[in-house]
Amino acid sequence: MSKARQSTLRTSLVHVALIAYTLVALFPVFLTIINSFKSKQAIFGQPLRLPGPSTFSLIGYETVLKQGDFVTYFQNSTIVTVVSIFLVLLFGAMAAFALAEYRFRGNTLMGLYLAIGIMIPIRLGTVALLQGMVATGLVNTLTALILVYTAQGLPLAVFILSEFMRTVSDDLKNAGRIDGLSEYAIFFRLVLPLVRPAMATVAVFTMIPIWNDLWFPLILAPSESTKTVTLGAQLFIGQFVTNWNAVLAALSLAIFPVLILYVIFSRQLIRGITSGAVK
Amino acid sequence: MTDLAPDQGGEAARRRPRRWHILVFLAPTVIIYTAVMILPLIETLRQSFFNVVDGEHVFVGFANFATLFGDPRWAADFWNALGNNFIFFLIHMAVQNPIGIALAALLSLPGLRFAAFYRTAFFLPTLLSFVIVGFIWKLILSPIWGVAPWLMDLVGMKALFGPWLGKSGSALIAVSLVSVWQFIGIPMMLIYAALLNIPEEVIEAAEIDGVTGWGQFFKIKLPLILPAIGIISILTFVGNFNAFDLVYTMQGALAGPDKTTDILGTFLYRTFFGFQLQLGDQSMGATIATIMFLIILTGVCIYLFGIQRRIRRYQF
Repeated sequence: MSKARQSTLRTSLVHVALIAYTLVALFPVFLTIINSFKSKQAIFGQPLRLPGPSTFSLIGYETVLKQGDFVTYFQNSTIVTVVSIFLVLLFGAMAAFALAEYRFRGNTLMGLYLAIGIMIPIRLGTVALLQGMVATGLVNTLTALILVYTAQGLPLAVFILSEFMRTVSDDLKNAGRIDGLSEYAIFFRLVLPLVRPAMATVAVFTMIPIWNDLWFPLILAPSESTKTVTLGAQLFIGQFVTNWNAVLAALSLAIFPVLILYVIFSRQLIRGITSGAVK
Repeated sequence: MTDLAPDQGGEAARRRPRRWHILVFLAPTVIIYTAVMILPLIETLRQSFFNVVDGEHVFVGFANFATLFGDPRWAADFWNALGNNFIFFLIHMAVQNPIGIALAALLSLPGLRFAAFYRTAFFLPTLLSFVIVGFIWKLILSPIWGVAPWLMDLVGMKALFGPWLGKSGSALIAVSLVSVWQFIGIPMMLIYAALLNIPEEVIEAAEIDGVTGWGQFFKIKLPLILPAIGIISILTFVGNFNAFDLVYTMQGALAGPDKTTDILGTFLYRTFFGFQLQLGDQSMGATIATIMFLIILTGVCIYLFGIQRRIRRYQF
């Protein structure tokens, strides 16, 4: 009896602690979103109230949509992220397959060479990277960003995917070889479909840092037509810093895509992490 | 490195003289990775030994490093940024990782309800971009809006409120804690995964021996997740010594007030790219990047050879 009560007490204490941290984690996001729908007076007067009939206002969103070129920024971010992920997955899976499947001289060395990029951040080479992009005329193009993010994402992708490819049964691949499939067909038709869950995990891990990056858009592609959402929001907020309606609306607009993607991919992401994809 | 001759030699070599498909599979990755990541990195390291003298690009040996450490103006900025970066890192190690471990420990309690909801909530800030995180917290901490003082009033500590981001004594701590808030999801998830991987039998055996609750966590689980703690420590180290974005969005490229939030990333940005009146200096930028490279490399080596090898791994 007393033991049962003790364990109820313990469970409630655990929930109190977890709810407390949930509030810490969600409160800032919640606060931003509710205030983005309020009039300026209400933002300052009652920052913690939900927008009511008298305080509801979309003035911030109107300013953002009129002033900022967010549609272009959004397009740029989407193109850069989608193309980079595609290249990381395709090239990464190919390299991972080569490393996991074939024994050739230099296999281990190649694995180590690619692993350097997991630990050493690509940012440290920015000085030469910018010079290289200027020399090749790629500065202020989305191609520059795509190349950088592909190179940045490949090491971890190869690492995770080759771990998974080692688990694909040899019998299956050998059966394919006996049936006369080429090595390319074995890769594309037999192995790739089997490692799809791992690919989804890699896609999510690759996507977050690309979508949120500020450093490379700022340095390699700051022109109006190539700005990403992150950089665009940064500059917009800098300009409109006293227009709180607009700032809060811009922040909320930047949160929504992430929220939606998270809702779609969170299971995949959590399954990927807990299945040991990043050991 | 990609010598494609089969290693079995002899008969096998005659059967499959060249396996071109290996080259085809590896080529795109190796080419992009080498061209966009490795070569620029090497070139940046090389440029730290060069500078422009009388309009010509010449080899200057360690002169750039001598300037960085010897010239009082450069040295002051550099040591300031390095010191701040260490404080930034120590705050993450002291706050982010213990809280992350504690949250993971609570989440992994067997039979906990709403675990998926909590996990989702805790991980959300990690997905937000620095711009969002930086500005949200700037607004919340702003004395103009008054949300932070109001919240502190709730717990009776309103008197302690100050414009933390604007004061040189507290700005770095405030920015570090915002970064902790953002990234706590990563240690939490990795430790959570490690805790879930502990086999049931080990826990059951502990329970039969009467080891439960706190004792169980510290005596049984903690030793088993030490490798994961090693990983989160090195990830924190690399991430912190390469950080830039949050300071830039919250405090600007000058890392105010009075450079008290300046870390190596912002120092590198201002130096090589230039900011306002300061002109960009590629050679000094390369020099700072080289120092950052050496710092990160040292950290990674300490981890790989000093820590990871000594941690006992338990095979289940």
